[in-house]
Amino acid sequence: MNPAVEALRRRFGGAIARATVSCGDTIVYVDRRRVREVLGWLKEDAEQRYDYLADVTAVEYRDAELPLEVVYELFSLTYKRPLRVKAQLPEDQPLEVASVVPLWRGADWLEREVYDMFGIRFLDHPDLRRILMWETYAEGFPLRKDFPLRGRFSRSEQVRQALNVNPEAHYSLEELSLAESYYDLPEDMRERLARGERGTIPAPAWDEERETGDGSG
Amino acid sequence: MGVAEQRTVAFDVATTGVDAAGRAARIPLGVAGEDLEPDLGGEHMILNLGPQHPATHGVLRLVVVLDGEVVLRVIPHIGYLHSGFEKLGEYRHYNQIIPLTDRTDYLAPMSNNVGVAMAAEKLMGIEITERCKVLRVIACEMSRIISHLVWLGTTSIDIGAFTPFLWTFQERERIYDLQEAWTGARLTTSVTRVGGLMADVPDGFVEGLRTFCRTFPKTLAEVDRVLTRNAIWVSRTQGIGMMTAEEAVNWSLSGPLLRASGVPYDLRKDRPYLDYETYDFEVPVGEHGDVYDRYLVRLEELHQANRILEQALDRLPDGPINVEDPRVILPPKSAAMNDMEAMIFHFKQVMEGVKAPLGEAYVPIEGPKGELGNYFVSDGTAKPVRWRIRPPAFINLAALPKMAEGHLLSDLIAINASVDIVMGEVDR
Repeated sequence: MNPAVEALRRRFGGAIARATVSCGDTIVYVDRRRVREVLGWLKEDAEQRYDYLADVTAVEYRDAELPLEVVYELFSLTYKRPLRVKAQLPEDQPLEVASVVPLWRGADWLEREVYDMFGIRFLDHPDLRRILMWETYAEGFPLRKDFPLRGRFSRSEQVRQALNVNPEAHYSLEELSLAESYYDLPEDMRERLARGERGTIPAPAWDEERETGDGSG
Repeated sequence: MGVAEQRTVAFDVATTGVDAAGRAARIPLGVAGEDLEPDLGGEHMILNLGPQHPATHGVLRLVVVLDGEVVLRVIPHIGYLHSGFEKLGEYRHYNQIIPLTDRTDYLAPMSNNVGVAMAAEKLMGIEITERCKVLRVIACEMSRIISHLVWLGTTSIDIGAFTPFLWTFQERERIYDLQEAWTGARLTTSVTRVGGLMADVPDGFVEGLRTFCRTFPKTLAEVDRVLTRNAIWVSRTQGIGMMTAEEAVNWSLSGPLLRASGVPYDLRKDRPYLDYETYDFEVPVGEHGDVYDRYLVRLEELHQANRILEQALDRLPDGPINVEDPRVILPPKSAAMNDMEAMIFHFKQVMEGVKAPLGEAYVPIEGPKGELGNYFVSDGTAKPVRWRIRPPAFINLAALPKMAEGHLLSDLIAINASVDIVMGEVDR
């Protein structure tokens, strides 16, 4: 077993639930409310130095009794040691865990993918959006076990939705507001964009006098 | 948008032609002053790049916010090639997953095959044979060569050099011929099986690969001569898209991208598998972390991969390619048709699959693009509960906005090329 387990137990006590070894890899289960604290310590502590975040992913078991797990695959570039840290998310509580983007910027897309595929929310993530599926995808979270292999909607419904996509909704409203281009669009197109299930456009901070392109649709 | 100041531009541009009556005449080419360009200074422009664009290397879409020609912000949109491989894997036996991996990083299919087979073997506690190990090293290094060759060729086109593309694709074709001789397919190789290989290498393969190894460095030397000290190449790549060592680690970069930033992390050395520790090769490391260093690192990796191939051919032992375990490896067809016991094993494997014990295994290998991890979680049945690919190109691409912002639009193309993405793997 990885020596980090003993050190973690000494440092964090009750926050370390249990530790096992599977196929030679050590797995530490951490209280989901203290994930960022524990990972931050593992990253910075001079004797651990788990400074490389190889992967963030999640596991849902076929056995519905077992909780969802968020899996962090760490590697110490200094000591050449791997460590797998897991946080279990009980079914009866919101699927939430603190984001580790403040520790590793590389976690950004990885956490977005976990959110996209499993619906687990990462608190304080700077930009938690879907990443592989499109913004308006409405069928749920594909890697959950209750998600059928062929998708939730029928094939004809999927085709209908694809054909009904507003071709003008090419940029998200956020992107248009970034480029300050939104207000240069023709008014009718602006209205249609604001209605087009794209959420609301943030009020522009740079020019109060301009009409607000409020898309509360 | 303010009203532009009135400017008068006198034009007298005309061409020779014929008028309506067929006589020779001067035809004016345009009238100035009608539509004056609005004053664009101080406004940001939003530009859409892709998803169908040769310089984005696949169906990658970048929304770029520009101030003049300077990139202020890059917002990548991915997922156009999402195929749900990980979901599909949960409904398949371990051996049935292998064909899916051909289609993730489709520029290096053999290396994906090896990665997923190794993860399943770690889960099941299978030790593969010596000959299989060496052949898998050959498969991995052949993949590294073709993947880097595609990278080198397409990147040089992106930056404006066409000739290296022709050279590298010609060399790649030779590897493809060898892959086809071995597996019957150029791209969808599916060369591994859990516990072994789909087939041994055919007659003439070793000699063919030896010829390749002997002649390949000549092409590399030509590319080196054309690009490495080329003024255009150097000015287009040096100081572009820099990542420091700390940033590269913090962004979880891997592979040549990480090593170009000066971090000597190579899984073949740091977490050896397939006896890589017994091969004699160097891990090239850059120091600036710019596009040029990434080029140098990949070019040297091609030389080193060639060295590893030569050593692997020298040591290739005789013997079986598959483990001797009838529960894991299909019996030969003749035995399955004639021997009752072999037929039962055949039937059970095809119908029920190979059961993996309860547990989980993460196996990272040094793929051409970086740390290619395969993570299996098993609940004791023949199909994994979860199959996760740790996609190096996906994670490397996440750092693109960080690398490109503040550079010129044309540099964004060079930086995007230097990441070496393959959308089949990014989107999976």
